[in-house]
Amino acid sequence: MHYIPNTRGVEQELLRSIGVERFEDLLANIPDQFLKRCRIDLPAPLSEPELTRLMHDLARKNAQAVDYVSFLGGGAYDHFIPAVVDFLLARSEFYTAYTPYQPEVSQGTLQSIYEYQSLICHLMDLEVANASLYDGATALAEAAIMTASITRKNKFLVSPLINPQMLAVLETYLKTRRMTFSYLAEKNGLTDFGQLAEQIDEHTAGVLVQSPNFLGLIEDLSGVADSVHARQALLIMAVDPIALALLKTPGEWGADIAVAEGQPLGLHQSCGGPYLGVFATKRQFVRSMPGRIVGQTSDLDGRRGFVLVLQTREQHIRREKATSNICTNQGLMALAATIYLALMGKNGLRHAAELCLQNSHYLAEQIAKLPGYALPYGAVPYFKEFVVTTPRPAGEIIQAARTAGFLAGIDLGRYRPTWQDHLLIATTEKRTQREMHDFVKFLAKF
Amino acid sequence: MNVPGNLKYTNDHEWALIEGPEAVIGITDYAQGQLGDVVYVELPQIGSRVNKGESLGTIEAVKTVADVFAPLSGEVIAVNDALKNAAELLNKAPYTDGWVARLKISHPAEAEQLLSPDDYSKLVG
Repeated sequence: MHYIPNTRGVEQELLRSIGVERFEDLLANIPDQFLKRCRIDLPAPLSEPELTRLMHDLARKNAQAVDYVSFLGGGAYDHFIPAVVDFLLARSEFYTAYTPYQPEVSQGTLQSIYEYQSLICHLMDLEVANASLYDGATALAEAAIMTASITRKNKFLVSPLINPQMLAVLETYLKTRRMTFSYLAEKNGLTDFGQLAEQIDEHTAGVLVQSPNFLGLIEDLSGVADSVHARQALLIMAVDPIALALLKTPGEWGADIAVAEGQPLGLHQSCGGPYLGVFATKRQFVRSMPGRIVGQTSDLDGRRGFVLVLQTREQHIRREKATSNICTNQGLMALAATIYLALMGKNGLRHAAELCLQNSHYLAEQIAKLPGYALPYGAVPYFKEFVVTTPRPAGEIIQAARTAGFLAGIDLGRYRPTWQDHLLIATTEKRTQREMHDFVKFLAKF
Repeated sequence: MNVPGNLKYTNDHEWALIEGPEAVIGITDYAQGQLGDVVYVELPQIGSRVNKGESLGTIEAVKTVADVFAPLSGEVIAVNDALKNAAELLNKAPYTDGWVARLKISHPAEAEQLLSPDDYSKLVG
């Protein structure tokens, strides 16, 4: 879109040719009470050097992850992003393209999405994946809505240990659709599925769980899918895509729909987005799946080609009965994930996951040795994130850590009063032994 | 236009074959021609109840999608499972092998409101 400045002379000419005297005449239909007549108080225009200086000064106010040693997690993680990811993303063929509305002429974009879907299916161990949704939270909410439409039921059982931000989005989506949810029980940092059979009733559409959960702990879903399916309900699982290189996959657990926040797959943390909503399901549910799907076909000459398939699920054809009102995808972010996964490969991803795991366990053990610190869920298996209880309020430690060059983690007391003095710490494969050693030394001062 | 004389019709291009307390439901030859190649049919659940005019299922063609509206109120007692793997039956034989569902009629009087073959021929003629 171009910004077209008009001189006063041009403006007069434009007004004359449409037969009005003043610009204000065009606003005649707007009731007077809605018109703001005062002059808007904007700063004076700047010259280019002045503007460059201003933007530079503003940018300097931002704290950047690269300037700190980051133990921040809770949904967005400081994983390493190989340079080739950003290099390829910045190619204008990809960077400037919007979601393909004339898809068949965008073979390159379609092929990259097809490869993305194939990689996600491998990762999740499920049969079909869409071209991506906005982020992990909306993917979870869309999964619930899809489940309601498949089962024709409207109640959900939700693990209270799903990331609270994802839960907030889920709640927003459900309450406008006359769908409700209640929480499963929890025990020692894990979802308690002991009462599941009693909690599911004939109105339960699905059960939602996240593993590793918000506290970084690995949920044991043994028998859960069977109990859920016995009541004609579906199991929805949110996962960490990196963890799937080591842990049991949604497919192996018998989940019907799997979602993930795709940020760990080569996306910058930025200020919380753009992120990537990863979404996969079983083949039998493909027609109820939200979002775009790319399929492979062959043209008249037998050459391989790509098309958008099953578009009759989508809003531009099915209107109000569409599976979802999403008719776009996170194209560039899905491409980042595709490049990242292709570059890492099976072994590379596994190696990164192992390093995350080793780092978190090393750091947790070192911190637990410090007086005043403890691991409240120490006996429970965890992946790259863990909770420590702190001798001083967690917020205070986080504040001091920033000055010392560390992003210490998340103050869990913000989410629950019972989590006062609980610090959530994440370690990616990027954390070195030296960094962790220095962080432990810093924590020892409290 | 093929409009069999033994059937009743709706303005939405469904047909009903009334057999005593039951009715077989499908879409007309005209409807399948308008939709084009049918690729998928979403069938109702057996045992579900529909009111006249409500959606019994959806028909997905290559470029569009349409509801099958119930010509009569009733309970679904059978569906045409053959359509699951051969949706093209709706194009090939809309009045026979391409039937959609069988209903147990709950309000027989509603049949009076359906169109006769002559009326329907005029509608699509």
